[in-house]
Amino acid sequence: MLGYVIRRILLAVFVLWGVSTVVFIIVRLVPADPALLIAGDTATADQLAALRNQMGLDRPPLVQYGSFLGGVVTGDFGSSYTQSVPAMQLVAQALPNTALLAFLAVLGALVVSFPLGVVAAVRVNRPIDRIVTTGSLIVQALPSFWIGVVLLLIFSRTLKWLPSADLTSAQSLILPTTVLALPLIALLTRLIRSGLIEVNGEGYINTARAKGMREPAILFTHAIRNALIPIITVVGLAFGTLLGGAVVTETVFSFPGIGKLLVSSIHVRDYSVVQACVIVIAAAFVLINLLVDLLYAYLDPRVRLAK
Amino acid sequence: MTEQLVADSRRAQSPLLSVRDLQVEFTTSAGIARALDGVSFDVQAGETLAILGESGSGKSVTSQAIMALLPKPAGSIVGGSILYDGIDLAKEPVSRVRDLCATDIAMIFQDPLSSLNPVFRIGDQVAEPFRRRLGMGKKEALARALELLKRVGIADAERRISNYPHQFSGGQRQRIMIAMAIALKPRILIADEPTTALDVTVQAQIMRLLAELQAETGMAMILISHDLGVVADSASRVAIMYAGRIIETGGIREVYDHPQHPYTKGLLDSIPGAHAMGEPLRPIVGSPPNLLDLPAGCAFHPRCPIAVPECRAAVPSLREPEGAALGHHVACIRAEEVRSHD
Amino acid sequence: MTTAPTTSAAPAMTKARRSRWGVHTRTLVPCAIIALIAVGAIFVPVLYGYDPLRVDLADRLKPPGSVLPNGSIAVFGTDQIGSDLFAQMMAGARVSLIIGAATLAIAGVIGVLIGMLAGYYGGWLDTVLMRVADIQLAFPAILLAVLLAAVLGQGVLNVIIVLSISNWVVFARIARSQVLALKDREYVEAARTLGLGNFHIIFRTLLPGSLPPILVVGTVELGHVVLAEAALSFLGVGVPMGTASLGSTIANGVQYLSTAWWISTLPGVLLLLLVLATGVLGDAVRDRLDPRLRSL
Repeated sequence: MLGYVIRRILLAVFVLWGVSTVVFIIVRLVPADPALLIAGDTATADQLAALRNQMGLDRPPLVQYGSFLGGVVTGDFGSSYTQSVPAMQLVAQALPNTALLAFLAVLGALVVSFPLGVVAAVRVNRPIDRIVTTGSLIVQALPSFWIGVVLLLIFSRTLKWLPSADLTSAQSLILPTTVLALPLIALLTRLIRSGLIEVNGEGYINTARAKGMREPAILFTHAIRNALIPIITVVGLAFGTLLGGAVVTETVFSFPGIGKLLVSSIHVRDYSVVQACVIVIAAAFVLINLLVDLLYAYLDPRVRLAK
Repeated sequence: MTEQLVADSRRAQSPLLSVRDLQVEFTTSAGIARALDGVSFDVQAGETLAILGESGSGKSVTSQAIMALLPKPAGSIVGGSILYDGIDLAKEPVSRVRDLCATDIAMIFQDPLSSLNPVFRIGDQVAEPFRRRLGMGKKEALARALELLKRVGIADAERRISNYPHQFSGGQRQRIMIAMAIALKPRILIADEPTTALDVTVQAQIMRLLAELQAETGMAMILISHDLGVVADSASRVAIMYAGRIIETGGIREVYDHPQHPYTKGLLDSIPGAHAMGEPLRPIVGSPPNLLDLPAGCAFHPRCPIAVPECRAAVPSLREPEGAALGHHVACIRAEEVRSHD
Repeated sequence: MTTAPTTSAAPAMTKARRSRWGVHTRTLVPCAIIALIAVGAIFVPVLYGYDPLRVDLADRLKPPGSVLPNGSIAVFGTDQIGSDLFAQMMAGARVSLIIGAATLAIAGVIGVLIGMLAGYYGGWLDTVLMRVADIQLAFPAILLAVLLAAVLGQGVLNVIIVLSISNWVVFARIARSQVLALKDREYVEAARTLGLGNFHIIFRTLLPGSLPPILVVGTVELGHVVLAEAALSFLGVGVPMGTASLGSTIANGVQYLSTAWWISTLPGVLLLLLVLATGVLGDAVRDRLDPRLRSL
C-alpha cells in the first residue's frame, strides 16, 4: 500500500511538471510580444527593452524555463498587467467560488444519479429504465453553454424566478450548479446502472442469493460496493469535464470563478493570469485524481493488500 | 413416464425433493431455447444423486431452477414442478424460495473465486447467514464462522478469518464456500461442478470433505459434474443429461457397468483408462446440439452409432429396458441392443 | 412432455425480433439525421445566397415564420443583423461538419498510428506515449483547447489543429489497448512465423482487428468535436468573425434573450440533434460490431 501511495504521488508530481512545461511552451508560442502588449504601441524601443529585461524575456529560454518552474513551485506567476496585482492573487480570489460550484454540482449529481441508476438497474429493460437511459443520453448530448442560456431564458428572463448573474445570493448558485451537474448526472446514472447490471451477473451475487439473502439486502451490501469501485475512477476523471464545464458555465452566468477569469484574461491577453489559471486548474485535477486513486486502493482490498 | 417413476416401489418413503416434468426456457435474441424439457428425478434424504452431462445439457440449469437462480428475465420455468416439503418451488414467488435457501437447500458453485465477494473479509461472508438469517450479533456470528472454517479445514483459521478471498488458494476458497453453505445445516446441498476449477489432488480432498460432512449431518447431495470419475465414488445414483433431458438414470454401478444409452456408453468409452492398454480412445463424434435448433426425434441421433430411421420419428421417453436392474431407466428405443453389444 | 404452454413463446419471439429491429432503427435514423443536416449544410446557404457579413437592419430580430420585405419567409426568423437564421444555422452546421470530419481524420490517423506503434513495440516508445497521454489527460480537454486557441488565434484551421491535438490521445489509447490485446493471438503469431515483416503485421493483421472499437470511438468523438468547436466559438476563441458557427450564433443571441429567444435556442436544438445522432449511432455501431464493447 505504501509503495502504491508513493508511486501515485510521484506520478502526480511528474504530471504537474509536464503540465507546467506544456503551458510554458504554449504561452511562449504566442505570436504577440507580451512586452509590446503591456507597453502599448507608443512605447519607445528603450522602454520596450527595459520592460523585456524586467520581465526576463531577454534571457535564454532555458533560464526563463527555470525561473518559470521556480515560480510554479512557489505559486508566483508574475503580475497581471491589466490589474497590476500578482496573478496568483486573482486566482486565489476566484478559486473558492469555483470550488463551491464544483462541490455543489458533484454533490447534487450524486444525490440525483444514485437513485436513478439503481432504479434503472433494478428495472432493467422496463419502461422506467428506458426513460432513464434515454433521458441521460439526451442530457449528455446537451451543449452546456446552450442549456445554460435556455435555463436563463426560462427561469430568469421569462419566469423571473431566479437571478442570472454573479454571486449575490444562494439562489444565484442554482442555475450554474444545475448546468454543471447535468452532464455529470447523465454520466453517473449510466455508470451506476451498467455497473450494477454487470455486478448482478457475478458469482458472489448468486452466492448471496443462495444464502437466502433478500434482493434489497444484496443490492446494498454485495452489489453496490463492487459496482462503485470502478465508478470512483470515472468520477475523478469527470472532475476534468466539470472544471472544463466550469469555464463555459461561469462565462454564461458571469459567475466570478476561475473559469471566467481564464476566459476574460485570454481576451485581454493577460498571459500571466492565463498561466496561473491553467496550472491551478490542472493541479486541482491532478490532486483530485490522486485522492481518488488512494480512495480506490482503500476500498478495494485487492489493491490495498497487494505488495 | 411419470407413472413408471411413481410406481417405482423400491422407495417406500416419500422423497425429500421431487422434480417432475420440469421445463425451462431461455429467451435469446436468436430465439427461444428449451434448456430443460421434461426433467424428472427424486432425491431421498441422505443420498447423493449425481447429475452428469456436457455443458449445455441442462445440468446447471436444473440447479438454478431449484434455487430460483435462473437469470432474469431471460430464463423462466414454463412447466412442471419442484416439490420440496409439500411446497412447489416452481410456483412459489422467488422471495419465498429464497427463504428456504441455505436453511433447507444450500448450494456451492464451480468457481470459488468469483463466488466469493472480493471486497469483504471471508469471516463476514461466512457469518452472513447467521447474522442475516438467524439475527445473531456480530461477535457470536463470527465465532460460529470460525468454528465452521476450522471444520472445513482452513489452517490457522483464527488469523485467516479476517483475510480477503484473493489471499486464499482455489481449494481453500472452495472450503470457505462449503463452510458458508453448511452454516445453517441444510437438508440438501447442491454442488455445481464443485471441483472443476481445482487441481486434481485438491479435487479429491474437496470430495472427501463433502463426503465427511454428509456422513456427519445426514444431508442429501446433488452432485453436478461433467466428469464421470469425480462422482463415481461418492454418488449412489446417477442421471445422465443430454440436450435438456435425462436420457439415462439408475444406480451408479449399474449405469457405469451396463450403460444402456449409446450416449452414456460413448461417454464411458471416451474415458482414458477404461479400455485395455493400447486400444485407441473412442470419442463421441460430432458436437453437442444447438438448443435453438434441436434435431427431430431423439436429439442424440445425428451422433449415434446405432441410429435407425425410427429415431427421428419421436422423442423417446424414459423406460425400463428388458434385463435392466430395478430403477434403471433409459430413453432409447434401442437400449436392449446397446446392452447386448457389451 | 408437450404440455408446455406454447403461448409463452410468442411474446418472447416478438421481443427478440424487436431488439434486432432496434439496432437497424438505431443505425438508420441517426444516419438519416446526419445525412439530412449534411445536405442542408451543403445546399441551404447557397440557395439562400447566405452572406455572413451582410447587414440588413430593416429585417433584424424577426420572429420565426415572418414574411420578409423581399417576399421570402424566414422559417426560423432573423438575427440581430437581419440575416436569415435558418441559412445561418446551416452555414454553421457546414463549419461544424467540416471541422468535425477534418479533426477526426487528423486526430484519428495520428492517434491510431502512434497508439499501434507504441502497443506493438512497447519499451521506451510506449512509456513516453503513456506519460504524454497522462499529462494531456490532466488538462480538461476544453482547457487545453481554450489555451491553444488563445495562443494560435481564431480561424477554422486553427480550431482543427487545436481539436486534433486534444483528441488524438483518445484514438492512441484505444488503438494501443487493442494491439496489446491482439498481438499475442495465434493468428498474429502465425503471421510472424510465416516471416511477415512488422509493417505487414501492424497494418495488415493488427489494424483490421483493431478497427471496430476505433470506429465506435470515432463516431462518438464526432459529436464531442462538434460540441467542442461550438463551445470554443461560443467563448470567442473558435472560428473568426464572419464565419458562421452554431456556437457564435448562440453567443450572439444571449444579449437578445428577452426580445428574440429564437437566436440562441434554435441553433442549440440543431447542435443537440447532431450530437445525439452521433451518440446513438455510436451505440448502435458498437452493438452491431461487438456486443462485448458495451463497457466503452
